[in-house]
Amino acid sequence: MKETVEGREARRYLSALAPALVVLAALFVYPLLGIVHRSVYKGGYTLDLYRQIFRVPVYLQVLLATFKVSALVTLVCLVLGYPLAYVLATRRPRTAQLLMIIVVLPFFTSIIVRTYAWMVLLGRNGIVNQYLMMLGLTSTPMALLYNQAGVIIGMSYVLLPYMVLTVYSVMRGIDPGLVRAAHSLGASRLQAFRRVFLPLSLPGIAGGTLLVFILSLGFFITPALMGGPGDVMIAMLIEREVEITLNWSFASALAVVLLALTLLGFAGYNRLLRLDRVFEGRG
Amino acid sequence: MAAAEGIDGGAEVRLHELTKTYGSVVAVCDVSVTVAPGSFFTLLGPSGSGKTTTLMMVAGFASPTSGEVFVDGRPMAALPPQKRHLGMVFQSYAVFPHLTVFDNVAFPLQIRKTSRLETLHRVADALELVRLTGYERRLPRQLSGGEQQRVALARALVFRPRVLLMDEPLGALDKKLRAHMQLELKHIQQRLHVTVLYVTHDQEEALTMSDRVAVMQGGRIEQVGTPAELYDRPASRFVADFLGESNFLDAVAVSTERDGRWRCRAAGGLEFIGVGAAALAAGQAVTAAVRPEKLVLAEDAAALGAGANACKGLVEEAIYVGDVTRYRVGLGADGALIIKMPNRFAARSLASGAAVALAWSPDDTRVFPRATA
Repeated sequence: MKETVEGREARRYLSALAPALVVLAALFVYPLLGIVHRSVYKGGYTLDLYRQIFRVPVYLQVLLATFKVSALVTLVCLVLGYPLAYVLATRRPRTAQLLMIIVVLPFFTSIIVRTYAWMVLLGRNGIVNQYLMMLGLTSTPMALLYNQAGVIIGMSYVLLPYMVLTVYSVMRGIDPGLVRAAHSLGASRLQAFRRVFLPLSLPGIAGGTLLVFILSLGFFITPALMGGPGDVMIAMLIEREVEITLNWSFASALAVVLLALTLLGFAGYNRLLRLDRVFEGRG
Repeated sequence: MAAAEGIDGGAEVRLHELTKTYGSVVAVCDVSVTVAPGSFFTLLGPSGSGKTTTLMMVAGFASPTSGEVFVDGRPMAALPPQKRHLGMVFQSYAVFPHLTVFDNVAFPLQIRKTSRLETLHRVADALELVRLTGYERRLPRQLSGGEQQRVALARALVFRPRVLLMDEPLGALDKKLRAHMQLELKHIQQRLHVTVLYVTHDQEEALTMSDRVAVMQGGRIEQVGTPAELYDRPASRFVADFLGESNFLDAVAVSTERDGRWRCRAAGGLEFIGVGAAALAAGQAVTAAVRPEKLVLAEDAAALGAGANACKGLVEEAIYVGDVTRYRVGLGADGALIIKMPNRFAARSLASGAAVALAWSPDDTRVFPRATA
């Protein structure tokens, strides 16, 4: 009896999921399989393209640089985003709402427009450098554009809301009574934060960093516009193969390697943090 | 075991003219009360009566607009909650979900840098006290509501506070478990001699556990007393109504009798004698309160002695509720009285429509002044 009820429920969920699954299958899974196929099929099945990726140093260097930039961007987003999310989650609802609108506002503008805006701000004679020199913090303009610093500033700016929203949603679920209880048990504000609030917000940190990191890996516009010649990211390399070299098979192989490394990183991360077990019994 | 628990008696808690306002809203008004060391004291009132706000001011989570909280004569105003060294149990349990039972209970000890060995002993003692030995490695989500609340209790007691504050700690439990936990709490309190300041809206809970109860309404204390004092000699209509059940008869005070008693006449002409709960004057509008279980059938009235109040009426409704049967007896123009009769006398159950004569003692009749529009 119970099983039929559960079976019926499973069917109902499945029917609700069906439209999304159909769309995903047609627009994501099918093309993905096409890419994988293209990367190994050239008149016959071969792994030549992959051999080439791992033999020529530049591809691995770009991959490594991509992971490094993504990690730095993730770190910057976490350091800036966590305190912001904390303020959002602990202020009165009215204040929080206003701040939230400000956080989400950039989403209403095109990413290209925003990136160009940063280029104006960060240029040699841009507003940022003007202020820095006016305040006497630097005598000559700092190079904030067309180098890795520019890439990281630009990407962090674009990705910050993703971090804030993810961390915020977890923090909102933390019962303020727990912090209060910690105080009643003798914990100072710092102790209550470190021993209660921070560990409980860990799933948010994990989710936010993962999201930002994965989005960073595929970033294209910002590094292309704000980076220098040395700041090539893997997505730019893939674009070049598609648009200029017209070597779609090689582009496919690069994409598959990126996907594989991303999945590998995801699995390792999940294992490291044991997200699924944070709130489960330790048996 | 007893030696290891080591709370050397509770502290005295004194609230002095405590007032809390939020803008123009007065949440707590001029509350003064002294809680004897080692006693179980309850703030009882409906929601919005200011009882929780009062408790929060003792805990330090709300600061009084005026007035002061003293613990053993020491003013608390300057101390944040974490420096007050008061145990607290919340309605929502507030057990840390990411920590095991052991780590939850050890939390206040670790904050206080207690040695590892001492912590092990104290946590073991605290868990034994709440009968959760063997649960050390479990996480809160693996526990029932009652078990979580016991973890919260152990955690609030393990650092040996001399005062334990409890904010409706049993509110989220089902009825049976609540009754069981009431007794357990009372026993623990008596064993540790800790002073308990308890907040509830459940009058039965207050009567069961408390040495003394303060009934609150509208931010003020209506009456402070032992459970028996409050139940048998309520000082106001509100207390008579909120604590237990009462029949109310609107009447007029006619003349004074001996010992502060008053002869009263109800609107329908029924005359009775009751004890004035406040100063009354002849001709004043009053409300008289009688507990349903104090009313008896006239043939059982011998025990009441001479001078008992009496009336006649018709049984309008009989409701069997297990241990007792509740009858509503219509008195015509004087309204109706609810009477409760134990079902020991099953053979004598009254049918609807039966004519009955009732009697009750003047001593069980409280007469309050009534505000007239």
